[in-house]
Amino acid sequence: MNWEVIQSYLPLYEKAALLTLKIGWLGIAFSIILGFVCAIIRHYKIPVLHRIVGIYIELFRNTPLLIQLFFLYFGLPKIGIAIDAEFCGVLGLALLGGAYMAESFRSGLESIEPIQTESALSLGMSRTQTIWHVILPQAISSSVPAFVANIVFLLKETSVFSAISLMDLMFTAKDLIGLYSKTIECLAMLVIFYLIILLPVSIVGSIVEKKLRFAGFGE
Amino acid sequence: MTSLGLDVLFKGINMQRLLAGLWVSLRISLIAIAISIFLGLVVGWLMTRKNIVIKAITRVYLEIVRIMPQMVLLFIVFFGTTRLFGWNIDAEVSSVIVFSFWGVAEMSDLVRSSLISIPKHQYESAYALGMSEVQTYLSVIIPQTFRRLVPLAINLITRMIKTTSLVMMIGVVEVLKVGQQIIEANRKSSPNAAFGVYLTVFILYFIVCWPISMFSKKLEKKWS
Amino acid sequence: MSEVLIKIDNILKKYDDNVVLDGLSLDIHEGEVVVVVGPSGCGKSTLLRCINALEPIQGGMITFRGEKIDGRSKTITALRQKIGMVFQSYELFPHKTILDNIILAPMKVQKRSRADARKEAEELLDRVGLLDKKDSFPRQLSGGQKQRVAIVRALCMHPDVLLFDEVTAALDPEMVREVLDVILSLAKQWKTMVIVTHEMSFARAVADRIIFIDQGKIVEEGTPSEFFDHPKTERAQAFLQTFTFDKVEKEA
Repeated sequence: MNWEVIQSYLPLYEKAALLTLKIGWLGIAFSIILGFVCAIIRHYKIPVLHRIVGIYIELFRNTPLLIQLFFLYFGLPKIGIAIDAEFCGVLGLALLGGAYMAESFRSGLESIEPIQTESALSLGMSRTQTIWHVILPQAISSSVPAFVANIVFLLKETSVFSAISLMDLMFTAKDLIGLYSKTIECLAMLVIFYLIILLPVSIVGSIVEKKLRFAGFGE
Repeated sequence: MTSLGLDVLFKGINMQRLLAGLWVSLRISLIAIAISIFLGLVVGWLMTRKNIVIKAITRVYLEIVRIMPQMVLLFIVFFGTTRLFGWNIDAEVSSVIVFSFWGVAEMSDLVRSSLISIPKHQYESAYALGMSEVQTYLSVIIPQTFRRLVPLAINLITRMIKTTSLVMMIGVVEVLKVGQQIIEANRKSSPNAAFGVYLTVFILYFIVCWPISMFSKKLEKKWS
Repeated sequence: MSEVLIKIDNILKKYDDNVVLDGLSLDIHEGEVVVVVGPSGCGKSTLLRCINALEPIQGGMITFRGEKIDGRSKTITALRQKIGMVFQSYELFPHKTILDNIILAPMKVQKRSRADARKEAEELLDRVGLLDKKDSFPRQLSGGQKQRVAIVRALCMHPDVLLFDEVTAALDPEMVREVLDVILSLAKQWKTMVIVTHEMSFARAVADRIIFIDQGKIVEEGTPSEFFDHPKTERAQAFLQTFTFDKVEKEA
């Protein structure tokens, strides 16, 4: 291990990590919104949209992010839709994540017995009030474990961004290995930076999961 | 005229080349899947033992796999081992190693959680009927574990197939790489080939993975 | 006799081809306690669910003070406020404290102030002996306590009628009494109630009128003493038989 090498590479890695974080979290934020909307459309079987969303979910859950990115980044410009690499990264992650979040959130919705809805209705609450005050809070808390798993999964998936020439951690590592062949230092830094990005999420996730889990109310 | 660039696929043996490329990634995943299922069963069963050393080791192993992106693991095995030990591992072999390392962890965790999900009174009621430990395992526990495990394991298979697309990044010539080559070779004659070719690759992956995940969903519904 | 509150007129309810309620008619008067009994699967719970428009009906009509009860109409939420319902499985909202469970609907539906709803909720909780549990979560309570909270939650909306759907069926035997006592005290206050239950001695004590349903039809109705002491129909006799045991005669 050569500490001088590590020190001189550090700024490059920091920059790359920030890019990974930026695109990763933006993509995750959008994927949560998208997944939320899609889950509600699927669960409440909103006509037409429900079919379209179903196709979208199956398509993006059954193809790799790398291929999705290639299609979005290199394929779409050929039919006149050109998007820049960063936007493409956010979009790809949001589309992939949206499909996963939707399924997780939907199973949260499905885990709530229909009689909960009935008991709210019997109190004179409207459908919207019932969904808002009774169903959603329970569905969200019961899908927290799956959400956390999805977030970790999506952050890991950001490692393919280098394929569309985003200068993220993988790109930087590969580039530096190619240029100066300080392989061990480069790989060690790669691992450490990913640990810095992922470890806190994984730890905070498991704490939140324990606290928020629906079964945990009143413990 | 704007074309969707689908024409290149019908030129010469381009489609066969793409399919051959797909087979390269599928072959890597199939080998890794076979290893993962076999070792995963063993490791998963070990994890339910009450040995602290085994517990600690498997725990660390699981956490590493859970946190590190597969790409990082690929880089470590492919670039790192050459440097550290002077081994020159071929990209395909590196891929099999990494995906097995990852798959065994995931599979063993599934095995472990399916095993411990069987409630204690299932064992107790079998013993109460006078069954031996072996009989209890064979006719009560394993059939129930199997039903929980199989849909999840099939799901893992699709994840492994999808993740094998990464091997292109360490230079394995698989479907995406072949696609790139085809686009490159036809740059002049069909400038829009990128759309058609990448769309085709996208659909090919879907055709492979979708039936498998449908099957797993069906089993899950049927057995739950 | 007092005014008719709920009029059930020749209703038909079926799931696909399976007829659950078959041309059933029944009037429920103000201040009356009607107890519905019958073998399981006879349609008695479905009847309650239809009254609250939780199930669509395929024929006939149910009216509340002359207004039609229809799950798809705009006025259904207003009607449901007048019809309280308590379920077998309590159905408290697990993510809310006891107090919040009770004041949610008064605040959101009736737009009452938090302070006002809270004051009433506390009074009602005190009456059922659960004021000290107001900040607990449902899962910290026993089944009997949860069911008493569920009754309070329904009462806090000031309904004109209360529907009880086998409210003690999921309870441990020693908790049944505490819930039934609450219902008995409501009967004393002239609350209109429709009660589905398997507790025959409770039915006899609380009912003004017993309705016996079998295979989706009313087979027999009468005062508790008529029904329990002198059941007229064979089916009612057979049903009541299932609650008694003859002394075992050991074989020689």
